[in-house]
Amino acid sequence: MIDNLSQAFSMVASWELLLVVLAAGVYGIFIGSIPGLTATLAAALLVPFAFFLDPLPAIASIITMSVMAIFAGDIPSALVRMPGTPASAAYVEDSYRLTQNGRGALALGVGLLASATGGIFGGLVLIFAAPQLAKVALLFTSYEYFWVAILGLTAAVIISRGSQVKGTIALLIGLFVSTIGLDISVGFPRFTFGSSDLLGGINFIPAMIGLFGLSQVLRNVISPPPAALPIRIESKGLLRNAASTLWNYKKTAVGGNVIGSAIGTLPGAGGDIAAWVAYAVTKNGAKEGKNFGSGTGHIQPIVGASSANNAGVGSAYIPTLVFGIPGDTITAILLGVLLVKGVQPGPSLFDSQAPLLYSIFIVFIAANILMIPLGYLAIRGSGMLLRVPNSVLMPIIVAFCVVGSFSINNGLLEVGIMLIFGILGYLLEQAKFPLAPVVLGLVLGPIVEKNFMQSVIKTEWDLTQFLTRPMSAALMILTIIVLLYPVLQKLIGRLLRYRKPL
Amino acid sequence: MSMSKIASRGLFHKPSRRVRVSGLAIAVSAGLLVSGCAQSGDTSSTDPAADSSDNACDISSTYPSGAIEFIVPWAAGGGTDSVSRFVGIQLSDRLGVPVNVVNRDGGGGVIGHTAIANGKADGSLIGMTTVEITMMHWQGLTDLSYEDITPIAQVNSDPSGITVAADAPWDTIEELLDDARANPGEIVGSGTAIGGIWDLARAGMLLEAGMDVNDIRWVPSAGSAPALQELAAGGIDVTFASLAENATMIGAGEARPLAIMGEERDPNYPDVPTLKEVGIDFSMGSWRGVSGPSGMDEDIVAELACQVDDIVQSDEYIEFMTTAGFGVDGKDTDAFTEFIVNEDEAKGTIMEAAGLTG
Repeated sequence: MIDNLSQAFSMVASWELLLVVLAAGVYGIFIGSIPGLTATLAAALLVPFAFFLDPLPAIASIITMSVMAIFAGDIPSALVRMPGTPASAAYVEDSYRLTQNGRGALALGVGLLASATGGIFGGLVLIFAAPQLAKVALLFTSYEYFWVAILGLTAAVIISRGSQVKGTIALLIGLFVSTIGLDISVGFPRFTFGSSDLLGGINFIPAMIGLFGLSQVLRNVISPPPAALPIRIESKGLLRNAASTLWNYKKTAVGGNVIGSAIGTLPGAGGDIAAWVAYAVTKNGAKEGKNFGSGTGHIQPIVGASSANNAGVGSAYIPTLVFGIPGDTITAILLGVLLVKGVQPGPSLFDSQAPLLYSIFIVFIAANILMIPLGYLAIRGSGMLLRVPNSVLMPIIVAFCVVGSFSINNGLLEVGIMLIFGILGYLLEQAKFPLAPVVLGLVLGPIVEKNFMQSVIKTEWDLTQFLTRPMSAALMILTIIVLLYPVLQKLIGRLLRYRKPL
Repeated sequence: MSMSKIASRGLFHKPSRRVRVSGLAIAVSAGLLVSGCAQSGDTSSTDPAADSSDNACDISSTYPSGAIEFIVPWAAGGGTDSVSRFVGIQLSDRLGVPVNVVNRDGGGGVIGHTAIANGKADGSLIGMTTVEITMMHWQGLTDLSYEDITPIAQVNSDPSGITVAADAPWDTIEELLDDARANPGEIVGSGTAIGGIWDLARAGMLLEAGMDVNDIRWVPSAGSAPALQELAAGGIDVTFASLAENATMIGAGEARPLAIMGEERDPNYPDVPTLKEVGIDFSMGSWRGVSGPSGMDEDIVAELACQVDDIVQSDEYIEFMTTAGFGVDGKDTDAFTEFIVNEDEAKGTIMEAAGLTG
């Protein structure tokens, strides 16, 4: 451990890495603070750069970028009532109302510190839980991997916002697309229509670049957002006030951290969902809960949800690194980059590449500390961030989408995939379908299929093994709990409400 | 997919991994820079430092006249990729022109091999062919076969190993086979997808031993690394893959090699017998070699073969391959061509017997 740690420190302490981390941090804040441009989009646009970096700087850039973007999503919420990323959507009303009442600096300052502490908490959970979980995962066979992937698919639909029917349809689209190409277990070509290009299947990275990048450009061009003039905010004494406010709500913050970490650890559910769940829990548990999102705005839900979304960013790396099953859409992209770099996530990573792993941990903590000064500057310069014209931004995004897709396999097929998924993503969003389940279906589909086929071929179709192996059974029960989540949520909500008058 | 993943394991368990990976990244970016220059009509590409000893290989007077594209039919970061990049850099030094290594992954090698076959036959596009070229057309994935390419020179081969968990009940390959004979279908093996190279190694061995092809059943996996994890977790009984890919587990005492399918013993595992020694006249493994599109000019092929042979003989290459756990196996154009023809026939026979032809 000490040996690995000292090796990790020497890996982290390089100018190249520090430069990459700083640049990725600024980039993350920039993308995150522009409404509509999500952290996933930021990660997708990083892909072409990540290919030219060593594994560690590539991973570090995605980590730093994503923690910054998730915080920066708070900035336009407070200033123009538009969440910068979906992770900030839960508390946009509270932020904006606080700003209108002259307390915008406090809202953003608290958001910043809650994000940083949440991120560090999530990072610590990752550091301590991941190696333990990896030891358990070493005993996993195809049955257990099957269930972990099923758990991911379930979480992707059930613990999402909005219509679960639409979530399921989106998931099925992803699952269907994942079957294109050579069948993973017996090598049979499916839906290739005799084209040898399609034998390789649909790579999920260009698909994601299209879904999250190009579709956003289409949306912007087809229906340009109204120009919003941001409110100026006074940043004097910002951090001090924010720190004391955060201290007053320390219980809420801890609750947000725990919820965020727990949800992030679930495969298929990340920071976006963590923020909504934490918001709901804070609301149910608070005296003024029913007034959240109205009146002059409340700081408490910002504390809870803002610490949860960043805690979720860190713990989403747990399933990604331990099982090779992404925690959310950002880690799905990271997974793709890792595979291209020849780093195969999974429990063996914890033995064979321990220094790399410890370096990832260090980067996590460092990125969240770096967030405080960078975030402070971003809050001060927030007016400027929001004034970058779309006519400059959109062409740049298109260029990166094309270059990024091409760089995956040096072929035009991937650029075509990106274009098709860009249009698909636009249409789905117009019809209010969530995009994340498409991606998770695409990524998890082959994992489910492969492990199912392996399992049944091993035992000649003895399906009882899926239920009777102790770890399989435990994972199955966890999946059922997630399936029952909507019912449980109502029950808990009712219980909390009954308790309140007492 | 499977091959590249398999091979990447072997590579990444070596202590010098980080150094090599960063070297790789620099090579990639350098390659891109160079290619950028080359496309704008670069004339300064002839390396003045090219020493006279290389001139022995300067057989074609007109070749090379510009940058060479070197196709890798598997993903970046895998074994074929790292061997190709090494050969690419060395070729660039020797020929004095940029050699751009380009990954065309997908479709079990079909996409990349098709790209090699479809290139211009003037030597401006070559690539690394792998054992899959002799398998995928039998499987019915493509019409493409060795007849659509010009074999230039082989650079590597790795025989299949047969590895069991440390606590497995079999001490020798004979015991394993006897058990499989007595209890057909009870023992399960893994290492690649169904119909992949290591599956064929299993099927071929069983057939040669006079057994049924399903006496040891095959569970598909995405490569030897996941198969090894299944082996350690008790999900399967035996893996078929090169011993280099199993080196970490064998070294950690968690897995035991019973035999290898090579012509002779592996110097790294002097106690592990070959199948031939136990009376099964069968050898099979993966291999890699440089090839180009069909119909290439003889002089160009000869020049490239000479350069590749020079690389394969070099100390740097032998050191690189040994460190990465790959077997050095050089064959000239004629020997490589003959080898591919024989391999193709052998694969066809096994795949037909195992019911894997499409």
